[in-house]
Amino acid sequence: MNKMAEKTPTIGTAQIKLLEKLCNACSVSGDEGEVRRIVLKEVKPFADEVQVDALGNVLVTKKGSGRNRLRVMLDAHMDEVGFMIVADDGDGIYRFETVGGLDVRQLAGKPVLVGRNKIPGVIGARAIHLTTEEERRKKILLDQLRIDIGPGSAKVKVGDRATFATRFKRVGPSILSKAIDDRIGVVTLIELVKSAPGNVDLCAAFSVQEEIGLRGAKVAAHHFNPDLAIALDATPANDLPSFDGSENVAYNTKLGSGPAIYTVDAGTLSDPRLIRFLAETAEAAGIPYQLRQPGSGGTDAGAIHRQLAGIPAVSVSVPHRYTHTAVSISRMDDWKHTLALIHAGLKMMTPDLLSDDRK
Amino acid sequence: MTDILPFLKTMLAVPGLSAYEGPILQVIQDKWTPLVDQVSVSRLGSLHALKHGTGKTPRPSIMIATHMDAIGMMVTSIKDGFLHVTNIGGVDARVLPGTQVLVHATGSNRTEDLPGVVVQPSAKQLPPSVGDGPVPLDQLLVDVGLLPGQVVQRVQVGDLVSYASEPTELAGDTISGHSLDNRASVAALTVALEELQSKSHVWDVWAVATTQEEITLGGALTSAFGLRPDLAVAVDVTHARGPGAMDWLTHPLGKGPCLGFGPNIHPYLFKRFSELADRLEIPNETEVMPRMSGTDAAGMQVAAEGIPTMVVSIPLRYMHTPVEVVAVKDIHRTGRLLAEFIAGLEPDFISRITWDE
Repeated sequence: MNKMAEKTPTIGTAQIKLLEKLCNACSVSGDEGEVRRIVLKEVKPFADEVQVDALGNVLVTKKGSGRNRLRVMLDAHMDEVGFMIVADDGDGIYRFETVGGLDVRQLAGKPVLVGRNKIPGVIGARAIHLTTEEERRKKILLDQLRIDIGPGSAKVKVGDRATFATRFKRVGPSILSKAIDDRIGVVTLIELVKSAPGNVDLCAAFSVQEEIGLRGAKVAAHHFNPDLAIALDATPANDLPSFDGSENVAYNTKLGSGPAIYTVDAGTLSDPRLIRFLAETAEAAGIPYQLRQPGSGGTDAGAIHRQLAGIPAVSVSVPHRYTHTAVSISRMDDWKHTLALIHAGLKMMTPDLLSDDRK
Repeated sequence: MTDILPFLKTMLAVPGLSAYEGPILQVIQDKWTPLVDQVSVSRLGSLHALKHGTGKTPRPSIMIATHMDAIGMMVTSIKDGFLHVTNIGGVDARVLPGTQVLVHATGSNRTEDLPGVVVQPSAKQLPPSVGDGPVPLDQLLVDVGLLPGQVVQRVQVGDLVSYASEPTELAGDTISGHSLDNRASVAALTVALEELQSKSHVWDVWAVATTQEEITLGGALTSAFGLRPDLAVAVDVTHARGPGAMDWLTHPLGKGPCLGFGPNIHPYLFKRFSELADRLEIPNETEVMPRMSGTDAAGMQVAAEGIPTMVVSIPLRYMHTPVEVVAVKDIHRTGRLLAEFIAGLEPDFISRITWDE
């Protein structure tokens, strides 16, 4: 075991810079190359094995050294929601489709970057002067929108991906970015690879295609065949005031309340032993945490727990507001506490964990 | 010919919402002062820049009005650290969710620009009537990423909110950003003033950066009264053809300025501009304006005893969104056309203005 393996991970300038780089990268589902390159460069010096599989997942193994080591899979998806150019209308105007769960009401009026050369463009909207009141009561449909990169240019081609052009920003206690989902998981997992404790074999999956159906994690879990798995993701914080002033009881998670441990989502009933273990770990270490309200949505855990003969799984997410829009917002502290919780959890993990009662 | 793009970008980085044009006024004043003989500021905040002509006094004068105010929003209330806003000028709420803004916050006894974003609450926090339709402005919020306690200390009701999209050069010599309506025209007038440095002109020229166009046309109306020019020209933007805008109200992007024609425009001025543009081989289109032009011309035309007025427009896509687009060459062409028109004004031009009956 090398010395690096025992250090407790922290978040400082280097980690924030790495998150910024990851957030500003453009890696729409199916085209994760830019993030993959960053991940490979970061993890290689710390990994025992690194491979890129048939779908483009980065699969990293970091072996421990003690006896009776659990094989623990940690997953963070590299892809983000975005767009694909689907037709060339001529003169710099392109029709596009959405990739992943985007609300069409979030698209008009946004600057975008198209293709691997990040050609700047805009999604415009008809001037308000040219609209009728009746028209403004209806949402702008996707087939009314175009990406405009300026006339007389052919630097973009059908098939190119595009993302919002939002640049990473830190404001007070917060982070603003287009891709907190899930670069905050990716950066956390990179730090965990760098600092993995020796009592477990760490199987780190930097997965692809989460946003279009959890497809990368499915095959990554098959490859690793772990004893248990934790998906590291970003989950919506719908902690805004209600329109009528009533108490908001459907907030999903709250910003600033710590890492969100999943109970039930649309795709997973989290393993109760893992929920309890993480909650107890947090309490013992004095790390704030919250239980994500049971409800819709899902993470790679939904694919992982059904793989092979079954893999006990749970998700832990950094809460962020305005998921799948041009700008989402997270708190620095929630990120720090998520990293601290998972690291503390790894250090405490023994095979006994899985022989507990499921109550 | 100098490159106007750097100055245009400087202007786009400065706020100047209607009635709060102070910051943009300063930038324009700094640029224009060396190009003219005197500058002053009107009672409603418009910038008046006079460049003397060479004719005998009393010389006739022409006023070129470019409004410098921009649309935006204003904070109406603060709830749990989130800001409710209303619009200043015409804002289609459907372009706002996910839009980055700057809140010009005054709560800490100085103005500080807080970056933020206009956000659409999730369905469970919205009235059921919204469904999956557009969320009206009064249900949208601004999140500045600060804790509720920090927000109430730093932001006040009445604080202004500007779009924060950065100016971005696109292909085909075009630029995208907010407030190109009407900073593109201020840039064109600046080009004209620069061209007039080496051109002789008989008439006095009042270059005016007007205020409050987006709301009341109050700046141009009062400046026209105060300066009492013999002719007035409004330079503004018009709708460029593009996605969502394909009908007779639109004009091609990058194919030259548009010359207004309709009741706000004196037909003789239209004729002179049109002939001049053709003679200079500046591509141009006629923009028919059957009723009000929606520009400063509507105000200037009826100032005092009435002033013969013209409208010159620069085609622009996606007006009043954070991603307006104009062609830089149209700005240069408009500036050159203005300069040539001014230089060509004869001492007795006024006596030539006739009604073509």
